[in-house]
Amino acid sequence: MKAYNIIVLAKQVPDTRNVGKDAMKADGTINRAVLAAIFNPEDLNALEQALRIKDEFPESKINILTMGPGRAADIIREGLYRGADGGILLTDRAFAGSDTLATSYAIGQALKKMGNIDIIIAGRQAIDGDTAQVGPQVAEKLNLLQITYVEEIIELKDKSITVKRRLENGVETVKCPLPLVITVNGSAPDCRARNAKRLMKYKHAKTVTELQKENEDYTHLYNDRPDLNIQEWTVNDIETEASQLGLTGSPTKVKSIENVVLQAKDSKVISSSDSDIEEMMVELLQSHTIG
Amino acid sequence: MNNVFVYCEIEEGHVADVSQELLTKGRSLANELNCKLEAIAVGHNLDSIGEQIIPYGVDTLYIADDSRLYPYQTLPHTSIVVNLFKETKPQIALMGASSIGRDLGPRVSSALHSGLTADCTSLVIGDHFDKKQDKNYENLLYQIRPAFGGNIIATIINPDCRPQMATVREGVMKKEVLDPKYKGKIVKMDVAKYVNDEDFVVEIIERHMEQSKVNVKGAPIIVAGGYGVGSKENFKLLYDLAEVLGGEVGASRAAVDSGYAGHERQIGQTGITVRPKLYIACGISGQIQHRAGMEESAQIIAINTDPEAPINAIADYVITGDVAEIIPKMIKYYKKNSK
Repeated sequence: MKAYNIIVLAKQVPDTRNVGKDAMKADGTINRAVLAAIFNPEDLNALEQALRIKDEFPESKINILTMGPGRAADIIREGLYRGADGGILLTDRAFAGSDTLATSYAIGQALKKMGNIDIIIAGRQAIDGDTAQVGPQVAEKLNLLQITYVEEIIELKDKSITVKRRLENGVETVKCPLPLVITVNGSAPDCRARNAKRLMKYKHAKTVTELQKENEDYTHLYNDRPDLNIQEWTVNDIETEASQLGLTGSPTKVKSIENVVLQAKDSKVISSSDSDIEEMMVELLQSHTIG
Repeated sequence: MNNVFVYCEIEEGHVADVSQELLTKGRSLANELNCKLEAIAVGHNLDSIGEQIIPYGVDTLYIADDSRLYPYQTLPHTSIVVNLFKETKPQIALMGASSIGRDLGPRVSSALHSGLTADCTSLVIGDHFDKKQDKNYENLLYQIRPAFGGNIIATIINPDCRPQMATVREGVMKKEVLDPKYKGKIVKMDVAKYVNDEDFVVEIIERHMEQSKVNVKGAPIIVAGGYGVGSKENFKLLYDLAEVLGGEVGASRAAVDSGYAGHERQIGQTGITVRPKLYIACGISGQIQHRAGMEESAQIIAINTDPEAPINAIADYVITGDVAEIIPKMIKYYKKNSK
């Protein structure tokens, strides 16, 4: 084979690594407005693996599939800047409240509609939930093999792929047939930077909703520059059963959320003076905690 | 029927620590629910595996033994577990939040349309009243985990779908043999009935398993650093202190993400869970996800420039100041007084 049809699954996530004190509202709920929305880090590792396949087989096509609110179109633009060919934003209120299983169902149905896919590549997990469930669940929904924790694609030849997996206590090299779902580990190479020319071009790539917001007469743009259209699919664009979607389709329910309140322990507060530190070390030695 | 079920991971003939811990937890859940504890071992040469598993109080152990079932592969292990669950209909299924459990769990939950909660730090039985449906659910599994950067603790339930599935990381639960002579039944499965030849599509070309050389988990003293340590150079001070005290160096996720320390040293909900005699937290603010991995330490020293750091609330000694100034003093006064 000379070309592969690749789909990268990517998610826009709040940057939970930089949660400040204002991230929580007084009532204990999350103040999403103050958190930056970023491209999930391991999904960028996944995109890099896709781009490497395209480096070797330039006829290959990379499309990004993301599910989220309208602003998640940023994820597709970011992919375009770095070398993806296109993308689809799956967005609808019907998907709101989805747990990992309902998410996988919606993504799986969108992938079925896209059809003829050779390789689906996703990050191992997203930093807002750390569940690592959507990749394997999408694979199961499509009845495809999954290979998780991939660090390197060693060989892609015809209809088979050889990859190195990073496990907790070791590494494994496996060979398997296409099509399949791969999830990529954070230990895989970082994604290449944005390409300046592509940035200049694709910053104009928009969804119809975005065009409508910004420009009253957008039809000429939509018709004249099809390469700058980011496809937007709603629940009506894919075949779904309502019982599998959103909150209704989610077996897991959040019973309660507790804001973290610390119970103060009886702490000894000491200074960094020599006498205080020496006293502490002596106490620890006397209690046989150290020594 | 409707029992508590544990998937046991096997590596070179040994049941993984995390599975032993889950068997202990599973036994106590089964006692509370007044049901049986069941387990499954999938692999090869498992003739004596029952001796390792039954003593945890396992009433029925299912064994799927076939040369093609070791090492672990996604599709055949999924088929076996899914088909067995269809027959035995467990109410709760537990797996390790390990390379294997996090590969298998979601696949099984998708096939059975049952909910799965990852990386639980606590599992409790409780009731739930659904106001919308005006319906009371008794004896659900509360799957409790920190979420959203550790700012909240979420309790997740699966009211209607079974089994209620959860993964738990190694070290979070305690393992304890119930009775070395416990009487449990062993059921040898007819593997061909549960798995198709088409499931064996993956060819394992090479496999290098090695135990991590770093043993943070077993260390009696841990000197852990966070983002506040400031640099890789400053992190060397932590190694100096750990060496003098006979301990190991750990790190928060922020420190690992910043490249100050390797992943194998990460302590917390998405790393390892530790219970040392002494935990020295250097430049760690103390988000709940980190504390989930260390709050059961016998003694905690917190060194932080921020007097309001959350870690201080669980510390026995709170030192407000600069790590680079305080650690050399700790080394100095340890050496002076330890003779």
